[in-house]
Parts: sequence; structure tokens; C-alpha cells
Amino acid sequence: MSAVLDQHGHSHGHDDHHHGPPSGLMRWVMTTNHKDIGTLYLWFSFIMFLTGGVLALGIRMELFQPGLQYWNPEFFNQLTTMHGLIMVFGAIMPAFVGFANWLIPLQIGAPDMAFARMNNWSFWLLVPAAMLLVISFFVPGGATAAGWTLYAPLSTQMGLGMDLGIFAMHIMGASSIMGSINIVTTILNMRAPGMTLMKMPMFCWTWLITAYLLIAVMPVLAGAITMVLTDRHFGTSFFNAAGGGDPVMYQHIFWFFGHPEVYIMILPAFGIISHVVPAFARKQLFGYASMVYATSSIAILSFIVWAHHMFTTGMPASGQLFFMYATMLIAVPTGVKVFNWIATMWKGSMTFETPMLFAVGFIFVFTMGGFTGLICAVTPIDIQIQDTYYVVAHFHYVLVAGSLFALFSGTYYWIPKWTGHMYDEGLGKLHFWASIIFFNITFFPMHFLGLAGMPRRIPDYATQFADFNAIASVGAFGFGLSQLIFLVVVLKAIKGGAKVGDKPWEGAEGLEWTVPSPAPYHTFETAPQVK
Amino acid sequence: MGVAKWINKVAAAAVPALGAGAALAQAVVDMPGGPAVRQLNLPPPVTGIASQIYDLHFVMLGICAVIFVAVFGVMFYSVFAHRKSKGHKPADFHESTAVEIAWTVVPMIIVIVMAALATKTVLAMKDTSNADITIKATGYQWKWGYDYVKGEGEGISFFSSLSTPREQIEGKAPKGVNYMLEVDNEVVVPVGRKIRILTTAQDVIHAWMIPAFGVKQDAIPGFIRDTWFKAEKVGVYRGQCAELCGKEHGFMPIVVNVKTEADYTKWVEEQKKLMAAKMDDPNKQWTQAELIARGEKVYAATCVACHQASGKGTPPAFPPLDGAKVVQGPKDNPIAVLLNGRQGTAMASFKSLSDVELAAVLTYTRNSWGNKTGDAVMPADIKAAKAWDAAKLNQLSAKAQ
Repeated sequence: MSAVLDQHGHSHGHDDHHHGPPSGLMRWVMTTNHKDIGTLYLWFSFIMFLTGGVLALGIRMELFQPGLQYWNPEFFNQLTTMHGLIMVFGAIMPAFVGFANWLIPLQIGAPDMAFARMNNWSFWLLVPAAMLLVISFFVPGGATAAGWTLYAPLSTQMGLGMDLGIFAMHIMGASSIMGSINIVTTILNMRAPGMTLMKMPMFCWTWLITAYLLIAVMPVLAGAITMVLTDRHFGTSFFNAAGGGDPVMYQHIFWFFGHPEVYIMILPAFGIISHVVPAFARKQLFGYASMVYATSSIAILSFIVWAHHMFTTGMPASGQLFFMYATMLIAVPTGVKVFNWIATMWKGSMTFETPMLFAVGFIFVFTMGGFTGLICAVTPIDIQIQDTYYVVAHFHYVLVAGSLFALFSGTYYWIPKWTGHMYDEGLGKLHFWASIIFFNITFFPMHFLGLAGMPRRIPDYATQFADFNAIASVGAFGFGLSQLIFLVVVLKAIKGGAKVGDKPWEGAEGLEWTVPSPAPYHTFETAPQVK
Repeated sequence: MGVAKWINKVAAAAVPALGAGAALAQAVVDMPGGPAVRQLNLPPPVTGIASQIYDLHFVMLGICAVIFVAVFGVMFYSVFAHRKSKGHKPADFHESTAVEIAWTVVPMIIVIVMAALATKTVLAMKDTSNADITIKATGYQWKWGYDYVKGEGEGISFFSSLSTPREQIEGKAPKGVNYMLEVDNEVVVPVGRKIRILTTAQDVIHAWMIPAFGVKQDAIPGFIRDTWFKAEKVGVYRGQCAELCGKEHGFMPIVVNVKTEADYTKWVEEQKKLMAAKMDDPNKQWTQAELIARGEKVYAATCVACHQASGKGTPPAFPPLDGAKVVQGPKDNPIAVLLNGRQGTAMASFKSLSDVELAAVLTYTRNSWGNKTGDAVMPADIKAAKAWDAAKLNQLSAKAQ
């Protein structure tokens, strides 16, 4: 962004006291302030992240050795299912919405989100949804055990936990749609004078595109799970062949949602990385325009690749070929992004504080997930590795090393702005190195397990798979414990630490660095001029 | 890989609660036709398709490795060279049309090459025509059923369930070399012949896979899908259900025994004789003791996974039969449940069992554990019930709450 900022008509010094937050619990329940709501989203997603993480450790505990040690197979399936649902809908998605709330108004020079009260509502809907998910473990029959994809007709067999899961996802979907409408409206209507779309920060661009994806596909998910609900209770047969339905139709509908969903979870991550890399390379983002076009192409392509999740359901050769070609095309714009980041680093003047470490780690490890994605796109190879641990490795490389590392990178980058304090750099670096090492110990061996034919979602396995599973389990516990370092760093930064000025990072650019740290309760009441 | 072993040993020693540590410590060897110990790559291919996939994967991995080294070579060079601490001053460029076009076009060409390489294999995998033998594989919760529907062996039909003993799974006995990937009845096929596999399922979606053949095909209830293989080497090849299908998803392996032509013919003859012998004489008069003995076997093969050997089930998903009112009440109700299944639960219809088997298993459950009805359900009762209309079945099955 080469915009020159004009501070004219924008004063920091005015009396914040009148506009300060009310105190106590009601501040958080009633708040319509984008910063408070952003904070709520971030804490909510972190709590869900820990919850989903505990479930993951439950899985890895059982898989540490062959044989059934701790759980019965039914509960094991509940663990894998709920780990997936909670991480996708409870941790990663809300975390990015938290970033959007905090940053979009600050980056475009708007006083708040467009629909402030709806913003409150879209956050507070998440809490009952999360409660439904957690409570479902304790109802007769336990939580749903049909996998996070909730494939019919298995999902029509489940008990009450399945219904709770469906309602939870309906509510979370409604929350996401409201959040997206809010983001689109804010970005399109509330940018500071002079900030044309092509001058807008990359994070806002990626979120604008993500919000459109969400609006397009969340209703599709709602439709799919509603059909499961009516099949379960109201005698319909959408997915029951005996009644004229088709189980595979569920998968088509689900993945029409599910594939764009993958990009919903990674595009804002691309946005964050596109801020962090230039800041620490002290050099402008390379190929801003091509970044925007690449993001848009990825979003459009994401609608025509869904059946690559279904190569083994048995579709005509022409279908397999179409979805293989379309999927491989996605590698091109994704490659452009990686090349742009590296070109941004090239001949920069780099320093490696924690945000940059996570960003470089992201580029390195996410790209490995990209390569395995390319390998999975090749239909014949996919048929070998579909539903094996290879796929588990692949999507954890893009979701953990991708989305999650970008979230960490962004948190370290902006936490001085949020709290007014610099985080503990030593602990941050420790968090990075522990995370990236344990991440690879956990997930790299899974490639081998998958190639050797170990299916996913099984509580017990052939003894020949034992060693790699043991390594993965050790890594998983290490990775899980490493996240407590992050918690400590964040709490320390909130409580105190070195005070920072408006712009703690030498190379940082953007309107958010023109306001004081911590950002006052109300910012940009008068719009800044962007030239 | 020495590290892996070392970690394993330390871990096993550090967690004595696992108990199985001793069993684990004994040398694990490669499973014939299944995974090798710490196998790193796809299994050695046994069919033409599998070797095409093997090569394709190798080529893809190679291309990716070259790109990986090139891209990250540049990145890490930059990471080390272009540091502020080395006094490097930031350059000023931030776009270059030529470079940007180049790194869009070159990857485009690379993916087109990759796609072209794979297309031939996709078409070959889909060509299920002109099969010598057609076998239907039906997924059940949780076992496989096989019907030889065409070609030599036509008419052979059997179920195939996990044969690993429970004690091994629970860590009370040392685990065998084929642990988790062994079955009571293997699929037998002749070497060098094109075998077409039709897949379908009784209840939920399952998937039939044998990695060494490069075959994986979902089995979808109410629909038929197909795939094929032509094994080039005699031997036993192993896989397992690959689509989450409920509680015992991890416990329904698939084993294919590839025999020579002559051995296959011999096997077919044996099977035909066995099947003839197994056919129950329709006029036989069964005593209660005979039915209970027979029912115990049916129960062990069909019911035990959910309702447990103790008859206690694993409530609430899988309710107990021991002491259950429906089991001990008027016979019509449990008969209706067996024939009809119970909507919205994992209890499927077992109509596919014979009249004798259904009568036997009911007699067994009504007179086992704490259940003491003292009576016997006769095959004739089942035969009569099968003539009931759907409405009556539904009503009785619902009443059997």
C-alpha cells in the first residue's frame, strides 16, 4: 500500500472517558464495540481451540499403541468427529472473524462495523452453539460420531447428540452469515475517503472475498444438515435409497459447501501473511494487484472442485477428469501467492521477530501441504490415499501450519496494538520453535502411514503401523503443551510489559498504526484522508 | 528409523499402565500382503493399475521435490542473506509484469503435464468391461458379504468378518502378525484374470480397498458401483473398510487370496460342496437345544459386536438383550425387529439371514444369560412372519420398545 496518510482532522487527544466502556460483565454482554467483540471472538476461539485440542490428545492417546487401551470405538469416533467440528466451526473460523472485527475498521479508517448491534448478536449466538456441541457428549448415546462431514446415512443413525450438533451448526451458520454481511457492508461502504478498493490492505481484500464465499455456502450447509434432520425425524428420504433418495447427494451438497469452506479458513490467513512479511522485510508487498487477482481466482475455482473429495464414490471418468483438472488449476494462483511473498522477502532488510518467524514457518510448511494437495488432486493417486492418514497429514499441514500459524503470526503482530504492550519476545520465539518442531513430529509420519494404507478414523491398527503412530502421539502432546506458552505470552502482554507507541514495528504500514496503542475504545470518529 | 524404535521403547517403558508394553516389545515383522513395518511408500504393486499409480506418485513426488528445492532455496538464501543484522538495505521494487507472467505460465505448464500423465490411468481404472469373474461385495455394519455373481464360482456366497481374537485387541494376548487385517473367510480369486468387483451396502456407506491392487471403491446402500483388478502375483493381499461406517469401522478388514487357476478351480469345488452341506434341510424338526446351539454361533457371528457376548450391550447406543422386555415378551415383537430393523437406530434388518438362523438366534437370546422363556422360536414362525405386510411389521417393531 503506497497510500500517503493524512492525519488532518483526526485527533487522538480528545476525551475518551465519556466514550469508554461500561464496566463489569454487562460491558461484554451488551457491547456493540468492534474491538470488544473482536476480543470476545478471539477468546472464544482460543477456548474452543483448547477444547478441540484436548479431544485430539484423546485420539492420539488411544492411537499411541495398537490395541484398545482407553476408549471404546464408539467414543473414539465421537472424539474424531467433535475434534473436527469444534476446530473448524469453533476455533479457526471465529478466530478469523475476531481478527476481522478488530482490524477491518482500523485498517479502512472506519469508526466501527456497519451493523454494530448485529455484530453483538453474531458473537453471542456462538456461545449457545458451542454449549450444544459440548453438552452433546453427555446426552444418551453421546455426541455425534459420524465424522465432521456428517455423511448420511450414517448420520441418520446417530442419537440425540446428532440433533444437537445439527442445531449447533445451524446457529453457527447464522452467526457466520451475519458476520459476513457485516464485513461486506463495512468494507464496501465505510472506507476512508481516498481509499479505493485497489489501495485497500490485503487483509481486508481477503476477508471481503471470504465473506462472499461464506454468504454463498453457509446456506448450502444449512440445507444439507436440515435434510439430514428431516430424514431423521420427519420421514423424508433425501439420502435413503429405499425411499428414492441418494446417499451420495449428501456428499455433493456437503462438499459444495465444504470446499469453499477450506478457502474460507485459509484466505484471511493469506491476508495476515501479506501484512507480516512486508513489515519485517521492510519492503512493500510484491505484486499487490496479482495478489488480489490470485485470491479472487482461488475463490472462484473453489466452487468447481468439490467432487475431488469424492473420487472413490464412483463417478464417470469424465467427472473424475474434470474435477482433477479444475483442482490442479488451483495450484497456479496459490503458487503466485507464495512467489509473491518470497519476492517480497527478496532483497529486503529482514528481522525475525515472532510474527515473522510464524510467517516464514507458514510459507514453508503450508507449501508442503500445497504439494501434498497437488498429489491428492491426481485422481488415481487420490484413490490410493483417499480416507487414509495421508489426507489427515495433508489437511493438517494446511489447516494447522496454514490457518493456525497465520493466526499466531497475526496475534503477535497486532497484540501491541490491542494491549499497548510488547509481548515477551523470548517466550514468543520458544512458542514458534516448539510449535513448528512438534507439528512436524506429529504430522509428517502420517504421510507414511497413509501411503502404507492406514485408514483414518480407526481406533486400532495393524502392529506394523505402531512406530509412526507412537511418534505422532508424542509430537501431539508436545504440540498441545506448546500452546500453553502462547496463553502465557498473551496473558503477560495483557497484564503489562514494555509500553509501545503508535507503531511498534519499523516496517509496518497501514491506518491501524496511526492510532495510539492500545487502540482507544473509539477510533476514526472523523474519517482520515487517504491519498 | 532407529530413532522411532528408541522412542517407542522409551514410551513403552514409561507408560507401564499400558500393559501391552510387553507384547509390543516382541519383534513386529512385515505383514505378508499387508503393511510392512514402518513402510514409507505405497505398497509394492500387484496389478498393472497399482504400478501405474506407484509410478505416477513417484513422478509427482519428484516434480514437487524439484520445485520445493528451487523455491525454498531462493527463500532461505534470502532469509540468510537479506537481513537487517547484516546491514542489508531494502530494495525498492514491488512489481514486475514479466516475472509475474512467467511464474503464472510455468506452473500452468507443469500442472498440464501432470494432468496429462494421469489421464490415461483414470480411463484405465474406469474400464470394467470384459471381466472374467464378477463378485459383489456388500458392506454390512460390520463385516463384508461376498456373492460370486458371474464367471467360474458363480453362486458362491459367504460373509467375511474380522478373525483377530478379542483378547489380542484388549491386550490380553500377544498380537499376531496379521493383527486387525485377518478374516474368517477370504475372497479367493484366480491370478491373471480380470475380476470385476461390484460394491453395495446394506446400511451405511463403506469402502472396499486393497492398496496393493490400487483399488478403493465406496459401497453405497441402494446403489451398485464397480471397480476391477487383475492380480499378477499369487498371494494374500489385505486392506480394510476405508469409509467411516460407525462403531466397528476399524474392524472390518478385506482379505483377497489370489490363487493359481488350478487351485482356484479346486477351491470353487470345495465351496460348492460345503454350501450344499450347509443348506439346512427344510423339513428338519428342530429341538430347542439344537436351536440354542445353532443360535449361539449366529449370535457370535452377527450380534456380538454391539450386544456383546454378555448380552449387556454397550448402552445407550447398543441396548442390552439380557433382561430386555422385548426379547422375552411375545415372539412376534422380536421377530419383527429382526426382520425390519429399528428406524433411527443402528439396529438393521437381518432379513438376509435364513429362517433357521433367525429362529435359532431368537431361541438362543430368549434362553440365555438371565432370559428364561423356556420356549423355542421355530423356523416356521419366521416363515410366517415374513409373509406379514410392511404395515404390521412396522407396528410390531415400533411396539417392541
